[in-house]
Amino acid sequence: MANGYDIRDNVPLIKLENIGMVYKIGDIAYEVLKGINLTIENGEFVSIMGASGSGKSTLMNILGCLDKPTSGSYFLEGKDVAGLTSDELAEIRNKKIGFVFQGFNLIQRLSIIENVMLPLYYSGLHSKDSEEMAVEALKLVDLSEKGNKFPNQISGGEQQRVAIARAIVNNAPIIMADEPTGNLDSVRGADVMNFFGKINAERGATIILVTHDRHIAGYGRRLVTVKDGMIISSETINI
Amino acid sequence: MNNDKENKVKFAFLLDLESAYKTLLRNKIRSFLTILGIIIGVGSVIATISIGQGASKAIQNSINSLGSNMLIVLPGSSSLGGIKSGFGVLPTLTLNDTYAIRKLPAVKTDSGNLGMNQQVVWRGNNWSTLVVGANSTFTEIRDWPVAKGTFFTHQQVVSAANVAVIGNTAATELFGLINPIGHIVIIHNVPFTVIGLLSVKGFNAFGQDQDDTVVIPITTMLEKIAGTTWVHAIAVSAKTSKDTSLAQSEITALLRQRHHIPLHKPDDFFVRNLTELAATANSSANTFTILLASIAAVSLLVGGIGIMNIMLVSVTERTKEIGIRMAIGAKKSDILKQFLIESSVLSLFGGILGIGLGFGISSAISAFSPLKTIVTTEPIIISLVFSLCVGIFFGFYPAYKASRMNPVEALRYE
Repeated sequence: MANGYDIRDNVPLIKLENIGMVYKIGDIAYEVLKGINLTIENGEFVSIMGASGSGKSTLMNILGCLDKPTSGSYFLEGKDVAGLTSDELAEIRNKKIGFVFQGFNLIQRLSIIENVMLPLYYSGLHSKDSEEMAVEALKLVDLSEKGNKFPNQISGGEQQRVAIARAIVNNAPIIMADEPTGNLDSVRGADVMNFFGKINAERGATIILVTHDRHIAGYGRRLVTVKDGMIISSETINI
Repeated sequence: MNNDKENKVKFAFLLDLESAYKTLLRNKIRSFLTILGIIIGVGSVIATISIGQGASKAIQNSINSLGSNMLIVLPGSSSLGGIKSGFGVLPTLTLNDTYAIRKLPAVKTDSGNLGMNQQVVWRGNNWSTLVVGANSTFTEIRDWPVAKGTFFTHQQVVSAANVAVIGNTAATELFGLINPIGHIVIIHNVPFTVIGLLSVKGFNAFGQDQDDTVVIPITTMLEKIAGTTWVHAIAVSAKTSKDTSLAQSEITALLRQRHHIPLHKPDDFFVRNLTELAATANSSANTFTILLASIAAVSLLVGGIGIMNIMLVSVTERTKEIGIRMAIGAKKSDILKQFLIESSVLSLFGGILGIGLGFGISSAISAFSPLKTIVTTEPIIISLVFSLCVGIFFGFYPAYKASRMNPVEALRYE
């Protein structure tokens, strides 16, 4: 850890060690995650699959640094992030992680290009560069024409592609997608999934996909199955 | 490099302002209703202060218009069988008192004074006006020069000449557009030659038109119109404003001696110091202004609570947005800043509209009432700063609440 850069190549991108998560509602404690161990290497395309209530969303929240586990360690690029403050986690989310949610989660009041520029705004970039970067990201998802439109003026599939552009604009090494096709029909869903494949292949970004849909999970290269707060299998997907 | 960074910071701030502005514009009616309290608060603060300043200016003007460093000597009240009448009832002051007072060291000059309402006639026109008998020192004491012609001289006072100097309103009523100088008017069956026209003086503090008057020599007034030897008042001008108190005691001593008043008897006259009167009137006007302005300030406070209320609603409504922003990398301070800027822009905007409202009210008062209101920069700056502070103060709790949200829960909010 003293000279992090030397060992970076040797450490995995993500390493979860014995992660546990307990929610307390009143006097009753719900153990949502029970000792999760998971390693994800740089450039992987991992699908995390499980039924609703399996704990996969909680796992994604922890992987995405949105939530802190109640026990265990989370090493991101070799650095333990479990004990960081909420502002330090915000910075990690800003620089390292791009999110794509089921409900697209674009800000309705902002134009498409402004939505894409938002992560750059929070990393302190405000110059012309950030606009260029946003245009570049929109080009990657074939939406460079729609920058001045607003989210309610474009289709759901397009909105999800804007969300992808927003996730990649900061060149984040990790893209987390939580049921990204959940609100889309199968044609548009396949379209969106192809963009994830493209980003993984062309940009080398690590994709972590959370879904309950076996077909969608099949876009990944590795399938991790979660059940009752535990990982029950991790297998490579053969095409 | 450093400069570049500074530019970026400046640009970022403008961006924040623009984004807050856009957000507020999306909900125009709500934003307007939210800041209505601030608008009314700032508007009424500015309007009341402008009224107060106008009033105290008017008081000052009217006191000054009476003459500089003025004292007025009035006859005393009578006290017969325990029934006290008001000032000016006893005939105690004579023209000779006037000439004696004039010789006192602290006194610059004085003028005997006797006013009566009389019908003034010129050809077919007549007009009831205040006919004032005065000495030739009148213009100096009242600080009121003639606009045309001349004022009567001491010689004309001594000889009780039939000459008159006419005020602007009376001249207009009697002569219309004709130059009154040289014409002869009849007052109480006595003909008077108009030798001068007084300059315009305007209204006094009590709303009286001071230009509705005709001034004639005091001697002529006493002998030919009033038929008495007693004057109603003696207007005294002290040498400097500091001398008014000294002049007051000198006059008192002199008149007690002249009127042969024994030590154990009260004065049969009364000396009123108008400079003191002015100060008293001014301070009561100020007290009134402060009272009104503080009531208006309470509505600013209420306006602030309105802002807090709407910002709390806005934060709840935008929980999802806050969650998205946090997921994307917004720190607590970013969210805090966003909502603080919004509430500040809101209240500052209210302040600016309020200033407009205040200006409107105060110019309406100026236009439709005799009071001339005065808007100064001080209350404008103070209420702008105050409304900004209200925005920051009452915006802080909602903004703080927003910044403390848990991103996972905020994202789940629908």
